[in-house]
Amino acid sequence: MSRLKNVFTGKKDGSIMSLYITAGFPEKTSTVNLVLEMEKAGADIIELGMPFSDPLADGPTIQYASDVAIKNGVDLDVIFDMVSEIRKSSRIPIVLMGYINPILYYGLEAFCKKAGESGADALIIPDVPIEESKELKAEAHKNGLDVIYLVAPNSKDERMKLVDTESSGFVYCVSVTGVTGARSGEEVAKSVSKFKDRVKASIQKNPIMIGFGIKSHDDAKQIAGDVDGFIVGSALIETIRSNYPNSDWKEKTLAFVKALKGN
Amino acid sequence: MYNFPTKQGYFGRFGGKFVPEILIPAVEELELAFEEARNDESFKKEFLDLLKEYVGRPTPLSYCNRLTEHYGKAKIYFKREDLCHTGAHKINNTIGQILLAKRMGKKRIIAETGAGQHGVATATVCAKFGLECVVYMGEEDTVRQKLNVDRMRLLGAEVRPVYSGSKTLKDATNEAIRDWVTNVDDTFYIIGSVVGPHPYPMMVREFQKIIGEETKRQLQETEGKLPDYVLACVGGGSNAMGIFYPFINDSVNLIGLEAAGHGAETHMTAASIAKGQIGVLHGAKSYLLQEPGGQIQLAHSVSAGLDYPGIGPEHAHLHDSKRVQYYPVTDADALEAIKLTSRLEGIIPALESAHAIAYLEELMPTTSNNEIVVVNCSGRGDKDMGTISKEIFGD
Repeated sequence: MSRLKNVFTGKKDGSIMSLYITAGFPEKTSTVNLVLEMEKAGADIIELGMPFSDPLADGPTIQYASDVAIKNGVDLDVIFDMVSEIRKSSRIPIVLMGYINPILYYGLEAFCKKAGESGADALIIPDVPIEESKELKAEAHKNGLDVIYLVAPNSKDERMKLVDTESSGFVYCVSVTGVTGARSGEEVAKSVSKFKDRVKASIQKNPIMIGFGIKSHDDAKQIAGDVDGFIVGSALIETIRSNYPNSDWKEKTLAFVKALKGN
Repeated sequence: MYNFPTKQGYFGRFGGKFVPEILIPAVEELELAFEEARNDESFKKEFLDLLKEYVGRPTPLSYCNRLTEHYGKAKIYFKREDLCHTGAHKINNTIGQILLAKRMGKKRIIAETGAGQHGVATATVCAKFGLECVVYMGEEDTVRQKLNVDRMRLLGAEVRPVYSGSKTLKDATNEAIRDWVTNVDDTFYIIGSVVGPHPYPMMVREFQKIIGEETKRQLQETEGKLPDYVLACVGGGSNAMGIFYPFINDSVNLIGLEAAGHGAETHMTAASIAKGQIGVLHGAKSYLLQEPGGQIQLAHSVSAGLDYPGIGPEHAHLHDSKRVQYYPVTDADALEAIKLTSRLEGIIPALESAHAIAYLEELMPTTSNNEIVVVNCSGRGDKDMGTISKEIFGD
């Protein structure tokens, strides 16, 4: 069984926690250790952000982390090395998340091959919808990588079913329209329940992970309690940002992760 | 017969709709609305009436006798888009798109702008139609195009400066897309060029092709024939697509001039075709200026309207298919062209348009007296007086 499938086996209580960090933020050398420590602190899945200069689906927080990572010299080869290094001591599923342009520049075929070899499990490419996905999906699957697509509150039921058919690993459920990091958990909780009913009716094949606007364990319980799990990105990056470079930035970050998980 | 884009929005291997899932319903809705509108006689009539009575079309095709004498070769004509209401061709497209927005029941308009001409054209139609208007503009551009910022404000638009990245058109576009992602239900994004996800490149071309249609008709009336050459500057490429498209199946040399900045061989350039590689930005696959590793390179051009690291996907295709020739023109050559045109023709062209005019230096010696060259004078230079004062008079 694949590492990603394994995570979802037998659980359906909203407790699966996927954490997004931009690779190479805040330091190029901090990522591997941070991932391993976050796993110990309760992370079930890691989404490793591949930085891009023009992240048009992201808010200021992830834009900032991407800029820092690019300045730190992070490119795709650096990220493959990070994944290989993590794989030496961990089986936590790693989802590579980023925009398509650096991947095209690297070469779609070479990228998927290297990603698979390094031990990554899946891809989320937010600016490649299903319509543009044929080659990407073929190359990814050839190399044992799942491709995860997104649904949003304005996705029609038919579209959700298509996303479910096309996705493997899980379906990323965007809780609100907007960029990453823009809304509060309360705002999301208010609007999300109707949307979730539609999601649960349409997404039958894949686990459902819900993200956008989750900043605390309470948010997670409230928003994701009745799906498979939740995704936190901007709030985690924001925690790192506000504590780095103090000597205890990592402890603070891991404390935040533990609290998110409810440990 | 030229028949692009495909149903999927591709011009050869370029174009497509590389957008986040949230925008898929929006581009699909837009595609349907546009298809309906373009086949609706009342929509066409309203569009053409507004172009006539509000924009001032048809714009003249002016014979440039002194510029012609200066080179002593082919006859030179300017298509006078500088005489459009608001000072550039941009308003042809904003009229089309706001009619569509109204038809779709959208309440709020957003736009990106570089030189500010598209921003002004959008603010203008929003005033005319009574819709809320937010324009994103790179902070650097708000400084070098201050006059246009104030025009937009006067017209009732909110101008939001963008501080990320290079603080120019690319970043303004990112921010506009982020706004669209957030407010997708009630907001219509008026894109200013033949860029972005399908159907924008096709739709903007359709609203701009009136430039070429008029040129063809006017030249038929005065000269009784087709031009031999048509020249236009290319940033995203809407004025160029507008004048090229009606000639695409004719035996006419079409030439697009990119902004080379300090030179296409330098890093300070905006020449996406001369220097770029294939990539995806702002929803479409096209030629893009990129750093090693595939990060987007910051573009440079003295002209804010051409200061963009990409080019419309249809131009990328027309380059590949060799139907259009694209050449880079430097900042310095564009400034020389402004001086020459101002003194010989009494026309102060926009810095953008001056890139097309500057190419006459290369082209004219190769032409003959019985040939005709048409240059799209896509905008007027009033907005550039700050830059011109600095660059030409050293003020």
